Amino acid sequence: MAQSLRVLSGKQKRSLLPVTSFLLVGLILSFCGYSYLITQNQNPKSKLAGASKAVGQLHSQQQLKRLPRTVYPQPDVLKPSRQDVLLVTPWLAPIVWEGTFNTDLLNEQFRLQNATIGLTVFALRKYTLFLRVFLDTAERYFMVGHRVNYYIFTDQPDHVPHVLLREGRQMVILKAQSHARWQDISMRRMEVISNFSQQRFLGEVDYLVCSDVDVKFSDHVGVEILSSLFGTLHPGYLKFRRDNFAYERRPQSQAYIPEDEGDFYYTGALFGGSVLEVYRLTKACHQAMMIDQANGIEAKWHDESHLNKYLLHHKPTKVLSPEYRWDKEHL
Amino acid sequence: TIGLTVFAIKKYVVFLKLFLETAEKHFMVGHRVIYYVFTDRPAAVPRVALGPGRRLQVLQVRAYARWQDVSMRRMQMIADFAERRFLGEVDYLVCVDVDMRFRDHVGVEILSPLFGTLHPGYYRSPREAFPYERRPQSQAYIPRDEGDFYYLGGFFGGSTREVQRLTRACHQAMTADRAKGVEAVWHDESHLNWYLLHHKPTRVLSPEYLWDEQLLGWPPVLKKLRFVAVPKNHQEIRKSDPESSEAQPPAPDTGR
Repeated sequence: MAQSLRVLSGKQKRSLLPVTSFLLVGLILSFCGYSYLITQNQNPKSKLAGASKAVGQLHSQQQLKRLPRTVYPQPDVLKPSRQDVLLVTPWLAPIVWEGTFNTDLLNEQFRLQNATIGLTVFALRKYTLFLRVFLDTAERYFMVGHRVNYYIFTDQPDHVPHVLLREGRQMVILKAQSHARWQDISMRRMEVISNFSQQRFLGEVDYLVCSDVDVKFSDHVGVEILSSLFGTLHPGYLKFRRDNFAYERRPQSQAYIPEDEGDFYYTGALFGGSVLEVYRLTKACHQAMMIDQANGIEAKWHDESHLNKYLLHHKPTKVLSPEYRWDKEHL
Repeated sequence: TIGLTVFAIKKYVVFLKLFLETAEKHFMVGHRVIYYVFTDRPAAVPRVALGPGRRLQVLQVRAYARWQDVSMRRMQMIADFAERRFLGEVDYLVCVDVDMRFRDHVGVEILSPLFGTLHPGYYRSPREAFPYERRPQSQAYIPRDEGDFYYLGGFFGGSTREVQRLTRACHQAMTADRAKGVEAVWHDESHLNWYLLHHKPTRVLSPEYLWDEQLLGWPPVLKKLRFVAVPKNHQEIRKSDPESSEAQPPAPDTGR
């Protein structure tokens, strides 16, 4: 269905003016039509019913809004923007690398949608120490010019630093439970995100970006990453064949992936998409981990293993290059 | 379910048999398909055996005298039928010319909210050479320093909702032009190009998806020729039709 390709919008963004002019033109055209449509029922009552149904559908879907005039170089059909890397997956999802996109153009498109982006991050126990650098650099580089909600999950709300935020950006501090084992802290993020997606995020933001906290932004991370569902390539596995990916290999686990399957190895540190798709992903991963727990098994790389299983069977609509998640040790 | 719209007006009914037979072999095989055949001659629509999950709807419409109008009014007709009917029947609409045949796979890889196709004659050209409408008086006007690609009028589509928007917008623009006494240089194609400049398509089809081998050969950059122009006897098709009173030639072919 076409609806699965559209971003779920929690807010009514459109004014009624374009809708009523569409209705008016549609009605005028139908009523003073040439009556060449022999197969069509000409009953005026059914036309109005049809028109109001169309209005309802208009409101429920994102409209591609009209872009103003922008001047930029013409794309070259015969020359790919990068020759050294894969630019699109076999299921036609773009892989986002520097050089493949025009930031101004994309910003224009997303500003027209008045998109709000939620960034979730978990700072439990000593990890609150990472928040200052995380938030300071996010203010410099993350979705600048767009509306942003930082959702900071922490067991110590007092330890969240005061950071000066730009206009249109706000911080929401949410109490979260800590766990003894770091593996559990990591894995329980899925449960928390899925619960909050349903209860809160759906009405507040259009997109969710879920990140580790022990990172900093060192360059532009913008709307080019946004789509219904995205994963990020793990920097450590770019040259590996799929039988050497760090997937869970025990069939007893829900995260099991056989050696002859797998597209990429995605990192658990950065994923996201529309609120609806992130809800589906996190809920599925959490349920899978609960089943594993009941069976006395824990996947090799915890939530990351389950994320990889999910994205194998629910292909992301965009894939981020390792520019978006790099470790010095992989240089 | 995918809807495929095609217009067979006046003598163009003669293209339907080959179009439909080859579509059965190559277009969205294995998926649910509805062919929407717009024609002024329902009796001339050939009976073609269709595979399971596929059906054909004949939609009777009027024929305009000028071929330019036959071409341009497609936008209005698709928009009208999209609003009244297609929205409830199909998820995607694919809108193509009829004087064509399928020669290779055309499948779900083309489907996305809004797609256009690169015109085979202009994919190597600089944007100043694109045959956009260049007069500011027209709604389809595009300045020389703007433009991503030159898209074909003969192959576009997307979700039913987005196609309805596109076709309604193009029809409104053509109506505004007509009121001013202006007709865009390539008619509905000019307006399509304006629309896709300002509402970027979510997918773009390469010229594999509409090619004319007679005019352009088979360059190595095309690994497949999927949907190709049918060689036409131009004299024959433009001969005045004894059944009707028009003297104008019918809709243009795709090569230039």
